[in-house]
Amino acid sequence: MEILGGIFAIAGSIFLFLAALGLIRMPDLYDRMQAGTKATTLGTMLFLIGLAIVEPLWTGKAALLILFVIFSNPLSSHTLARAAYHTGVTLGERASCDELAGACGDEEDSA
Amino acid sequence: MNLAIVIILGLLMLIAAVTALYLKTLSSAVIASGAVSLLASILFLLLAAPDVAMTEAAIGSALTTVVFLYALSRMRGKKKEEPRD
Amino acid sequence: MADLLFNIAAVIMMISLVLAMVRLLLGPTAADRAVALDAMTIIALSLIGWIAFMSGRVIYLDVALVYGLISFVGVVAIARYVERGV
Repeated sequence: MEILGGIFAIAGSIFLFLAALGLIRMPDLYDRMQAGTKATTLGTMLFLIGLAIVEPLWTGKAALLILFVIFSNPLSSHTLARAAYHTGVTLGERASCDELAGACGDEEDSA
Repeated sequence: MNLAIVIILGLLMLIAAVTALYLKTLSSAVIASGAVSLLASILFLLLAAPDVAMTEAAIGSALTTVVFLYALSRMRGKKKEEPRD
Repeated sequence: MADLLFNIAAVIMMISLVLAMVRLLLGPTAADRAVALDAMTIIALSLIGWIAFMSGRVIYLDVALVYGLISFVGVVAIARYVERGV
């Protein structure tokens, strides 16, 4: 049972590492935001689940912490992305179109 | 193990503090000082002082950031034309 | 056995903390740095969980609870300042 918890913890830390790698390697701000918030949410969830498996008495606090992370992290990501878009941070060169500005073509053509 | 983590955290704290000194824009410097207090909070926790870590987290990471940004937005005043980042 | 696995996880988390710090150093705009600070906060939350496991005291998780609530306020304040001032 302890080994299962340790494997969960290592999986979570690998997701955190991938998130930090994405923060460095991604080309523009919105991609970095995608890597830096979604992957860290999953990584923290997996690590805390592993912690709750190893120490079963801590399950309540770990569940509360997971709940906080789930509520607060996508909300702050959304707020940051909205602020960056309204201050004029442009998309990268490899982005195909800006959907929020209505610059995309018809949906039927793309589909 | 613990000593290596303490040394790495201290070095990161030093780098963040020097970054906060040398950044050009003020809001970026506020963010870097928030990183300093984040690392200091982990360091206090590693030195077995959870109450100090909790206070540092509450005051250093949230309160000083909000107060600094409030003061910056008050100082900026009417000049809306200058770049904001 | 679980100690060894958790130590390996802590080493990986320290490496990712350093990488997120690099983005905070060289991000071109303030929003990049705010994203890096957010990621560093979440990584530090997991690291606090590891410290609580290694020292065996459940009171350390309270620090993580406070941190998870408070850092959200800081990031939202930064976002509102970048957008139009607090």
